[in-house]
Amino acid sequence: MPADLTRVKPYGDTMDDGAVQLSFTLPVPPGDEAREAARQLCLKMGLDAPSVVEMADLGAGFTFFVVYGKCRHTVDYAAIKIPKQQHRVMTFEEVNAAIKEHLRRKIVVVAACTGSDAHTVGIDAIVNMKGYAGEYGLERYPEMVAYNLGSQVPNADLLAKAVSHGADAVLVSQVVTQKNVHLENLTALIELAEAEGLRDKMLFICGGPRISHELAIELGYDAGFGPGTLPNHVASFIVNELIRRQEAGK
Amino acid sequence: MEKKLNLDQAKIDGARRAAGKIADQLHSWISSYTTTTIERAVARLMGVDGVDSSGVPLPNVLVDKLHQAGLLEYGLAPWLARAVIATGKTVQEIAEAVGSGALEVRQIPDCPESQWTELADRLASAAAERIFSRREERKRLMSEAAPLQKPLLYVIVATGNIYEDAVQARAAALQGADVIAVIRHTGQSLLDYVPYGPTTEGYGGTYATQENFRIVRKALDEAGRETGRYIQLVNYCSGLCMPEIAAMGALERLDMMLNDSMYGILFRDINMRRTFIDQHFSRMINAFAGIIINTGEDNYLTTSDAFEKGYTVLASQFINEQLALRSGLKEEQIGLGHAFEIDPNMEDGLLMEIAQAQLSREIFPRSPLKYMPPTKHVTGDIFRTYLINGMFNLTAIITGQEIQLLGMLTEASHTPFLQDRYLGIANARYIFNNARHLGEELFFREQGRIQKRAAEVLDQAYTMLLEIEKIGLEEALARGMFADIKRSREGGKGKDGVIARHPAYYNPFPAIFLHGCAAGEGRTEESCQPI
Repeated sequence: MPADLTRVKPYGDTMDDGAVQLSFTLPVPPGDEAREAARQLCLKMGLDAPSVVEMADLGAGFTFFVVYGKCRHTVDYAAIKIPKQQHRVMTFEEVNAAIKEHLRRKIVVVAACTGSDAHTVGIDAIVNMKGYAGEYGLERYPEMVAYNLGSQVPNADLLAKAVSHGADAVLVSQVVTQKNVHLENLTALIELAEAEGLRDKMLFICGGPRISHELAIELGYDAGFGPGTLPNHVASFIVNELIRRQEAGK
Repeated sequence: MEKKLNLDQAKIDGARRAAGKIADQLHSWISSYTTTTIERAVARLMGVDGVDSSGVPLPNVLVDKLHQAGLLEYGLAPWLARAVIATGKTVQEIAEAVGSGALEVRQIPDCPESQWTELADRLASAAAERIFSRREERKRLMSEAAPLQKPLLYVIVATGNIYEDAVQARAAALQGADVIAVIRHTGQSLLDYVPYGPTTEGYGGTYATQENFRIVRKALDEAGRETGRYIQLVNYCSGLCMPEIAAMGALERLDMMLNDSMYGILFRDINMRRTFIDQHFSRMINAFAGIIINTGEDNYLTTSDAFEKGYTVLASQFINEQLALRSGLKEEQIGLGHAFEIDPNMEDGLLMEIAQAQLSREIFPRSPLKYMPPTKHVTGDIFRTYLINGMFNLTAIITGQEIQLLGMLTEASHTPFLQDRYLGIANARYIFNNARHLGEELFFREQGRIQKRAAEVLDQAYTMLLEIEKIGLEEALARGMFADIKRSREGGKGKDGVIARHPAYYNPFPAIFLHGCAAGEGRTEESCQPI
């Protein structure tokens, strides 16, 4: 039996069984009452027949649960519309060939981890020579010039470097965040760019584990990249967009 | 410990000799300089604390005034001692008077040298005695507690609110953690002052402040009493204020501190000279306080490939060891770092991890090695991460690691939840118990994959150290030989805080810390001898 795409629910081993697995901690000591509290909570979450399969004492009055239940709710998958990057993802070779053929100059990218964030793992994966998961980083692209400014770069410094290097694109990474400081930081960069009249002179792209394309657009960026992004995804966007703008400007 | 890798001892000796020469090259100039944070640490050790009316820490106020007046090249101690002699006030009152403008540093009256050195030495001895009593307190508490079983289970707390951190730290201790690190706000490394008071809203961690140290120390001592164990506390002695944080850690009985000789240069773009000078003084304090340092070689593997650049970890361990020894740390206090960061998709990657971990073990047999969990190649698939963490734990128990920073299954997603830490501890406990003596039963095949890999890494590290010995560590850093990051000799933050010492420079602490001469009563010969 195929799934009814207007009424989709989780699948365990039978269509529409709604099977869900979850784990959480309650700030109560373990015991029969704790187990019942976990069960009732799952009922309120919309899970039928919740079954607490594990209860463990975390000490200091906290208890950990693993629970299975059957989700009551469904979603209309057929009605979902998500804004997506319309560009085609190209390979390393295709990106370089496209730059040579259409843009006929080296594309300059300036990248940084901004604010107090010291975690460069994301920006390094995209920019550094080595790249990630077998995909070369932007530094390795012969038709690109990439500058990785590293971590804890103030927004103003990033923009100053972008101007002095004549950047076509600015990449901002935000990895570690607490209480949404990454959003404030990303917004501040765009506001600063607008104030300095730079917003339309270069592409602004952000990335990180909590970033989606949709969120990036909302924050005023040209694109956003979340978990699983590879260097060629970012390179493709930059090149496609620059070509599109070049064509539009003719 | 049985040797299993059939390593070429001549290469190990050669590598250690080269690292020693590299350290000596740095030490040919390190003691010609001081830094603003070293002098602030002197102020803190002598009893200056608190902030002025605009919130600037008084150690900064005092040092900045001396620096502006061009007097800091003599060190802070002579001025502080002279001011105390002239006014009869306490050290703290002097700092407050300088802060309020009531005392102008240029107006501090001179007195016979024997008089002020006598006072400076006395202030320093009092500080050393305070630190020493904390060290004795640790020794006593540890002797009363259950014996340690290695690898120690090391977890982090990172809520951004120190009071919440204390709750989580206590819970982790009750779950079985031996060592708790309070994650520091990532921005602190570039602050040229130590914030004051408790942190209740930090981003990505709390500040290393003396008050924060005190709050968590108290929570862990309580948890220790409840469980009959001694729970060790860790914070970060890194960034622009290494010596000051070392001083605070020594006074508040921290047990371990992250302290690396090159980390700040590479990963925080701090000026090299500043870092080399600061690390030396901070490590003297750590050494005297009986603190175990954790070095940061694991970080190289987050920017470089763990398989290709495994030898840079070993080379750096040699350098960190030699620099640490020159600051008075004993081998048992030098927790050299390394990490389980080879791409899990690599065929035989586990064998390569075992080779590297065993290599560290055999080359640094007395170091309490600090083993870091996989972070670079883990994803939001928490189930896969949990399995990889199991492999990491298995490698640790086979190769005799000592300080095990436990992997968190949610590593790639968020700072640990209470339950993540529980699951991390459960994973390690299961494997450490279930495979407790596996290492004793395992031998590696002569010229097999593991032996060959270990020999190759040693070879490459030896070659690299010979090259660095030739060009110097500063040039090596400029060429990007570590972590693929290039740093220029004159670049980086904090350069302005480096000051050439006047021939009359005076700082009573290095003599005390390195030679244990002033506050030596009650200390064993072994614990105060420089190595």
